[in-house]
Amino acid sequence: MAEANPQKVFAPWEDPNQAPLIRFEGVTKKFGTFTAVDDLNLDIYRGEFFALLGPSGCGKTTLMRMLAGFEDPTMGKIWLDDVDVAPIPPNRRPVNMMFQSYALFPHLTVWDNIAFGLKRSDMPKDKIGDRVQEMLRLTRLEQFAKRKPHQISGGQRQRVALARSLAKAPKLLLLDEPLGALDKKLRQETQFELMDIQEKTGTTFVIVTHDQEEAMTVATRVAVMDHGKLVQVATPAGIYETPNSVYVADFIGEVNIIEGAAAPTGDGKVDIAFAEGAEPIHATIGEPVTAGQKVFFAIRPEKIHVGREPDPTRANRIRGKVHDIAYLGNISTYRVELETGQMISAQMTNARRLSRRDFTWEDEVWLSWTDTAGVVLTR
Amino acid sequence: MNLRRLALILVPYLWLMGFFLVPFLIVVKIALSDTAIAIPPYWPVLDLSAGWTGIKEFFSELDLENFIFLTEDSLYWKSYLSSLQIATISTFLTLLVGYPIAYAMAQAPDEWRPTLMMLVILPFWTSFLIRVYSWVGIIANEGLLNQFLLWTGLISEPLQIMNTPTAVYIGIVYTYLPFMILPIYATLEKMDGSLIEAAVDLGCSRGKAFWLVTLPLSRPGMIAGCFLVFIPALGEFVIPSLLGGSQTLMIGKVLWEEFFSNRDWPVAAAVAVVLLLLLVIPIVLFQRNQQKQEEAGR
Repeated sequence: MAEANPQKVFAPWEDPNQAPLIRFEGVTKKFGTFTAVDDLNLDIYRGEFFALLGPSGCGKTTLMRMLAGFEDPTMGKIWLDDVDVAPIPPNRRPVNMMFQSYALFPHLTVWDNIAFGLKRSDMPKDKIGDRVQEMLRLTRLEQFAKRKPHQISGGQRQRVALARSLAKAPKLLLLDEPLGALDKKLRQETQFELMDIQEKTGTTFVIVTHDQEEAMTVATRVAVMDHGKLVQVATPAGIYETPNSVYVADFIGEVNIIEGAAAPTGDGKVDIAFAEGAEPIHATIGEPVTAGQKVFFAIRPEKIHVGREPDPTRANRIRGKVHDIAYLGNISTYRVELETGQMISAQMTNARRLSRRDFTWEDEVWLSWTDTAGVVLTR
Repeated sequence: MNLRRLALILVPYLWLMGFFLVPFLIVVKIALSDTAIAIPPYWPVLDLSAGWTGIKEFFSELDLENFIFLTEDSLYWKSYLSSLQIATISTFLTLLVGYPIAYAMAQAPDEWRPTLMMLVILPFWTSFLIRVYSWVGIIANEGLLNQFLLWTGLISEPLQIMNTPTAVYIGIVYTYLPFMILPIYATLEKMDGSLIEAAVDLGCSRGKAFWLVTLPLSRPGMIAGCFLVFIPALGEFVIPSLLGGSQTLMIGKVLWEEFFSNRDWPVAAAVAVVLLLLLVIPIVLFQRNQQKQEEAGR
């Protein structure tokens, strides 16, 4: 795990002496009777690439707009660098935003777009040119400086928007679905570019996205939101490997959820009876459970081994029938129907050629996994 | 395939030829003729029965006499200049009044917009003539406005608005306001609201953001509105003759008097041709602007 070497890993949230750059303190935002953000507490640290992740309407955009100053909290306080931002209007906050639509000024050239914020600051005129040039270089836009936004491609527009919002060297950069308008391939390239630029400038980034893959790729920490509340705040690995609820497990990636009754067997293990007559699932618990408590066993498809024979080295072995195979080239996803009726997804890398695969539709197979492969959730 | 395309193109061209070009050529022909006490009241008249010599004779009778006459009598160029001045000033005033209205409409909540739009269009449902005439009842010496001002004690003598250029300005601004509001509203309404937020985010005050972003981006609407007001205002006849009295010189009025009072069709036609040329120039400029916009939009 990454946490093994605390001196080198960037994890200010684990250091009690670190002061956060942003602190949300009991922040609530209501629009009429609708509560967009509900009594939320959150610390974001300097230099972080923080992702707010959630379905549309979960309050993530409202949270970001409150940071920018376009919305005022109904209750609670937001601190930026130990200053209460409530009385500061958006044009005086050391915060810049990259808009989902990019919001580039169509009547200005790329150069003038990037210089726009600098011209509003007290930066001397001759310095502005240098700074714009620096931004153009950072975003590899030098040869497009004289073009208007409609004369460049979508990916280039995205970079202009980024350059413009970074030009004033804000303490905090907000990115509202910054890659939403790009096609998949360009999006993946741009994700790495974003991380690169974030590292080079050292600016704290807060990104809003509904794309879990994007959040996982770029972020130092991810906050999963639902109905105006934070469900879990953790590193991408933490969110994926140890989700704290069925909601998070289900939202991030693919997962099998099996509901059952817990029977603790001591030394942190638990047996989960999920169906009449079937052998219970052996699993390791994170939080204490009582005998007979209703629990959810969550396991990722790639953690399950599919084979003709049961794997004796793994604690759980269940028989089923292949119902469906989704062949994705590098991997295949098998949907296996258990004898008890449950449908389980399991993923295997296609290490051998397709013609050498030794089971197919309707074949009997064994699903095997270790007792630490999944997590036991109580909600 | 090609025939269909040809037919499609032909329809508007035939329409323009039949209802614009041919009548215009007739007007030009009359402008080149002489006045005559006859029916029709000009000469020569094309007589095809005389054959080729008749046509030759007909063309030899045409001259630019009437156009030369327009330059000799100061009434005409003074009327043209005065029309240009009145049209320019009233276009500017319409812009001044119309922009805030269009802006307010674009800022209004979505559910209000159809109502506001309706209110702008509503006056068109009443006859233009009646709407202009009703202003007489408001601005006349014994009209509603003066009665009200006298009643409040702000003035002791009625204000002379009727039969002055002011009355013409009021009439034109009132009548052509929707033509200014609608194109400006159209550009403001489709503007991305996040542009203003971006400007504010980058350090502008709301006012500065309006000046640096909203105003330049609504320029196409303003230009369109100005042309839509300026072009008809230049040739306006009803408003100056109802509200402007005898003092207000406008070319539309001169044209009417030349045609109906003097029954001098050739001079009236010459006035019309010159007016058209005066209008064609701004129209060409307008179209060039539109074209540029379209190219920029691509």
